Amino acid sequence: MAKTAADDQIKGVGRRDVLECMVWAGTGVLWTVSGGVPHSIGLIGEAAAAEAVSGFTFLQMSDSHIGFDKAANPDALGTLREAVAKVKAMPVKPSFIIHTGDITHLSRPAEFDNADKVFGETGLQVHWVPGEHDIIDEDRGKAYLDRYGKGAKGAGWYSYDDHGVHFIGLVNVVDLKAGGLGNLGAEQLAWLEADLKGRSNSTPIVVFSHIPLYVLYREWGWGTDDGQRALDLLKRFGSVTVLNGHIHQLAQKVEGKMTFHTALSTAFPQPAPGSAPSPGPMLVPADQLRSKLGLSTVTVMQGNKPLAIIDKTLAG
Amino acid sequence: MRKFVNPSRRAVLIALLLGPIAGACLAYGARAAQAPNEVVIDNFTFGPHDLTVPAGTTVKWVNHDDIPHTVIASDKSFRSKALDTDDSYSFTFTGPGTFSYFCGLHPQMTGTIIVK
Repeated sequence: MAKTAADDQIKGVGRRDVLECMVWAGTGVLWTVSGGVPHSIGLIGEAAAAEAVSGFTFLQMSDSHIGFDKAANPDALGTLREAVAKVKAMPVKPSFIIHTGDITHLSRPAEFDNADKVFGETGLQVHWVPGEHDIIDEDRGKAYLDRYGKGAKGAGWYSYDDHGVHFIGLVNVVDLKAGGLGNLGAEQLAWLEADLKGRSNSTPIVVFSHIPLYVLYREWGWGTDDGQRALDLLKRFGSVTVLNGHIHQLAQKVEGKMTFHTALSTAFPQPAPGSAPSPGPMLVPADQLRSKLGLSTVTVMQGNKPLAIIDKTLAG
Repeated sequence: MRKFVNPSRRAVLIALLLGPIAGACLAYGARAAQAPNEVVIDNFTFGPHDLTVPAGTTVKWVNHDDIPHTVIASDKSFRSKALDTDDSYSFTFTGPGTFSYFCGLHPQMTGTIIVK
């Protein structure tokens, strides 16, 4: 379990170009950004804590699905509470949380209320992007935007800067087309191009959205039709980290200076691509559920060092 | 990171571990047979994919997944709300034509209603 696909890719590649990612069954991923490139730094509370103090750390949490109560996890709010308890217990306080969508299961006001209440216990700012489950209210996304859309453009996309890193939240769950995948759309891509214009190639970029921007598994819709156009706009930057959720399992890929990472859900696991008849919630024995749920911590180091990512499960 | 488990071994393992639940699922699967003008959603699939009905027919979609889905006409002539587990949506096709539709949450899910 400790050896990851990313470990295999490290051979023959410079540390700066590589995302290392240690995976634990349980809570999340710890990312450290050193010189703009993410890499894992070990278990939260051990090596991670030691290294993180000199950098800045943020969390990625995803797919909380508040309101989900089916067999795969009858208490999604309970497992979110467990994840938040782990956040509160972290020896190094993260700067903020990025939530990569599917906050709720059915976009109901009470679901959003419950999520806000539990995330509020962290005392941390949360930067949200919607998942497809967050925009299925009667007004198709109004409930999400009323709550989280202040200062955002269009369906909820935005950017901000922190500790010299440029963060971009994209929305790829709106206006999907029959037979297609996730969708950014021309308006959002034009905004992204303008947002990046004039930024130095040496600016570390972290871009996050719900559905993976690259096509991870087309048969299950795990990708974004025009995601490559966004990635093309980001190609000139020396360090790009792409964070997603949606697939409820860890997946990492390194392509040149781009690192892709999808986080665990805090609600229920989904099967590996093609390993089940559908991507629906995966039923696992109750005593194994928490080893399939989790969160990620990212540490951004100052200077010319890589980002570090740690995935930690709720079982840990 | 991920271990690829032989699907048949996994199935056996799951069957062993989830005997009581699997039994409940089997009982659940023995529900009423599908109605003639009904499209069921199972495993992120509309079934049947193509349904032919006479004009004036009301077609009913029923979601059997534990994930919500929607039914949206490609030409926007009909659109359901989000259908949670066992929720249904009905639409009456008054005139002939071929109506393709998809799930707005999982657009890889597509189907067609052919009205004669």
